[in-house]
Amino acid sequence: MSTNDWPLWEIFIRGAHGLSHRHVGSLHAPDAEMAIKNARDVYTRRKEGVSIWAIESSAIAASSPEDKGSLYDPADNKVYRHPTFFDIPDEVGAM
Amino acid sequence: MYAQMVKSTGKGVKSLDEMEPQERAFQERINAGDKIEPKDWMPEGYRKNLIRQIGQHAHSEIVGQLPEGNWITRAPTLERKAILLAKVQDEAGHGLYLYCAAETLGVTRDELTEMLLDGRMKYSSIFNYPTLTWADMGAVGWLVDGAAIMNQVPLQRTSYGPYARAMVRICKEESFHQRQGFDIMMTMGKGTDAQKHMAQDALNRFWGPSLMMFGPSDENSVHSAQSMAWKIKMNSNDELRQKFVDQTVPQAEYLGLTVPDENLKWNEEKGGYDFSQPDWDEFFDVLRGNGPETTERMEARNKAWDDGAWVRDGMMAHAAKKKAMKVAAE
Ligand SMILES: [Fe+2]
Ligand SMILES: [Fe+2]
Ligand SMILES: [Fe+2]
Repeated sequence: MSTNDWPLWEIFIRGAHGLSHRHVGSLHAPDAEMAIKNARDVYTRRKEGVSIWAIESSAIAASSPEDKGSLYDPADNKVYRHPTFFDIPDEVGAM
Repeated sequence: MYAQMVKSTGKGVKSLDEMEPQERAFQERINAGDKIEPKDWMPEGYRKNLIRQIGQHAHSEIVGQLPEGNWITRAPTLERKAILLAKVQDEAGHGLYLYCAAETLGVTRDELTEMLLDGRMKYSSIFNYPTLTWADMGAVGWLVDGAAIMNQVPLQRTSYGPYARAMVRICKEESFHQRQGFDIMMTMGKGTDAQKHMAQDALNRFWGPSLMMFGPSDENSVHSAQSMAWKIKMNSNDELRQKFVDQTVPQAEYLGLTVPDENLKWNEEKGGYDFSQPDWDEFFDVLRGNGPETTERMEARNKAWDDGAWVRDGMMAHAAKKKAMKVAAE
């Protein structure tokens, strides 16, 4: 039995003009061109997209779940980044 | 179901107090409805069990193309042919979504394929039955996809993120499958006597095997208890089978067809139908590899893999050549 491990590609699809590309899943393909063609058949059979990105999975760097806490703590004590932190009196009107 | 009789650790479900801190934290996340993602820590049993379950599910989608593929060239109209082709193509897509989900657990696509081809991994018992007439295309869509939906809808909430997301995509497409099947049954049910007869015959042959899809009663199964604790199985087999019967019987009545079960009776008290169990000896025999079409199915998959080898190799060689040319040009 021949196994030849086509590389794995992550597929991102823009659902409609004006939206960003969103990760939809992955697939195997020998090269980028085929990855896009396969993505069309696997992920857009019902017109789910207007644009496809394919990127080799091995090229993606990802944060690790273990740093769930520490990686994001700089944002923990900065509630003032949210507009609701500030009480603006009603008389001021919309802001 | 598409994944039947998946074995778990075989040990009883541990209570939170019996667990090591890491496992306990994991179980608490599941209990709280959190999704587990590929890079998260998970017990080895959870990972192995999911590979078996998702792999078996994926193989079922792929092998499941064969009984319907059998009728593509013989569909009665061009429209039916185009619809059936689209349906079968969807099943290939379902297989791919699921293989991708399984791969996030550290098994490769090629390993999964090899395990299917050499019989180490199974696919659903239902796809070992022949499709003898065009009415079987109706029965398969209506009953087989219908039974699959029963199981797949709750799996959209399963604890493993990639599996749950694959299930969401699949469920969106399945209702087309069931409806196209029911539509075939409606046409035949309103047709000539010969067509009605074919529709009834298809129901007669697919009723039992469809009930078997849910697997034997698992009230006392340690495997199911563990899978339910992990939320990779959401309902008991009997619960889903009951739901399927309750939903399907009125549809059969609408079609003017008779469900082949003399014990079928509405039970007011339980608010559901009483019905006969399918032939479980037959089920176990099919699982052992003795289904009426098992040999054909395995031969077809092996042939497709072997005959496709030169294409896979050729495409890889072409990709390597293009890459080399690009490097040389730079
Ligand atoms: Fe499917
Ligand atoms: Fe299916
Ligand atoms: Fe389907």
